[in-house]
Amino acid sequence: MRFCAASDQAMLVYLGEEIALPAHERVLTLLRILQKKPPTWLRNLQPAYASLMVTFDPGCVDHTEVEAVLRQCVERAKTARRPKPRPVEIPVCYGGEFGPDLDEVAKIHGLRPQELIALHTSRSYHAYFLGFAPGFAYLGDLPEEIATPRLDTPRKKVPAGSVGIAGRQTAVYPFATPGGWRLIGRTPIRVFQGDRKPMALISIGDQVKFRAISREEFLKMEPA
Amino acid sequence: MSSLVVESPGLLTTVQDLGRAGYGPLGVSPSGAADPVALRLGNMLVGNEAGAAALEMTLLGGSFLFPEGAVIALTGADFGATLDGRAVQMWTSYAIPPGEKLTLGPTRNFARSYLAVAGGIQVAPFLGSSSTHLLSGMGGQGGRGLRKGDILRLGKPKQGIPIVRISETVLLALKPRRVLRVTEGLQIESFSEEARQMFFRGTFRVSEESDRTGLRLEGHNLGPNLPGGVITEGVPLGAIQVTPSGQPIVLFVEQQTTGGYPKIANVIGVDLHRVGQLRPRSEVRFERTSLAVARSLWMEQERLLNNPRQLFA
Repeated sequence: MRFCAASDQAMLVYLGEEIALPAHERVLTLLRILQKKPPTWLRNLQPAYASLMVTFDPGCVDHTEVEAVLRQCVERAKTARRPKPRPVEIPVCYGGEFGPDLDEVAKIHGLRPQELIALHTSRSYHAYFLGFAPGFAYLGDLPEEIATPRLDTPRKKVPAGSVGIAGRQTAVYPFATPGGWRLIGRTPIRVFQGDRKPMALISIGDQVKFRAISREEFLKMEPA
Repeated sequence: MSSLVVESPGLLTTVQDLGRAGYGPLGVSPSGAADPVALRLGNMLVGNEAGAAALEMTLLGGSFLFPEGAVIALTGADFGATLDGRAVQMWTSYAIPPGEKLTLGPTRNFARSYLAVAGGIQVAPFLGSSSTHLLSGMGGQGGRGLRKGDILRLGKPKQGIPIVRISETVLLALKPRRVLRVTEGLQIESFSEEARQMFFRGTFRVSEESDRTGLRLEGHNLGPNLPGGVITEGVPLGAIQVTPSGQPIVLFVEQQTTGGYPKIANVIGVDLHRVGQLRPRSEVRFERTSLAVARSLWMEQERLLNNPRQLFA
């Protein structure tokens, strides 16, 4: 465990040094403890693969005091019960106009597009955290056989709902944003919606599975 | 119910307050005013809570009608405001008679001007804040910049708002700076000695491709980074991350919440509102400071902003 000043008003706690479930489990537990009983000086929390960023009110505390409180929380975390992961299913229409990089990615791995789809839908992915943009969940880990580096030049605009892969991660773009992940399909479901409860379809710690659907099903499910 | 009618919106005018902190677990950045100090002072001039919603204008202001009249204040950058042809002073409260039109033009100095209105701008809150989050299209007026013909509702103003202005000493203490103070970034070790020297000694220029998500800096290339990537982690407001091509980017109010580029430095809290006043082609330098100095400067600034006796002339 390492504590580092991220800025004059933020502390980063590293609970591991790699992308792996045990480190992430510690991030999740510490996050839940702080969310359940937020200290008065707490401004924001940003979980990631192996770290948690804690933003605080510098009028109340300094980094040393924040570290002391966080160390106590980490102690408590050792005995905390962890909730059962929640399953989430996301329908995806793969390839064609919805997944412009599907054929290319399949070719890189010497697979037929259908085999790549089968591998992508073959397992549940762990939701490590939401970051980058509202509702953007980092899901992993992809089967080794289809891990693919990002595009050399990111797209200026990725359509909302696009399903991308990058390294051993996969994600759904909640909004039309720039992005460098390789796009293999699209979901007709809105993964983030401000006037819905819950706003984000996927929460940190969820188990997410993709299900292949046809173009007809996609169009039928697409919100008007 | 009083209202504000948008006759022309200007380049990019959004409803902003002090933002929505606390939604990092949803991947939502706080957003809020790019110059929160100007927003707070504007609100205090018109008798509002410091964090009430106001209009943030960017580089070019709009024109606004007040059919029922209103008490307003303009803070931040000077956009040459006039009221039916008469010049309107900055940093002072001002009673607009019913039916008069406030017109702003191109900036005369910095990037953002704020129009605070007594009673505040009333919009449906999103995650507890009225600030516009442009990327996700939420908050503020329909999650977007204002358009011609928009009619914004105004809240009920306090009775008997005194006409006051912000004192010169306060304006001097809070004025924009060309040298931003920074603390060391989490991955400063990932940069060569040469790159670090270039960063702390060089002058950078704010690129045209800058917005509320971040300011891209030109003038010196800080790459390539030393080997050993960063595992994606939370990135603080004001972080200066460097892309693989060597370009520094200052992450700003509508920033991505996590990132995997190494960070060389971080703008300190008291200088963040100054980042909000940098415009494309502004020149900027960085000066290293300590966490302890950053904290005492913060407390000093907060004392100043929370002391009405000192604030007003």
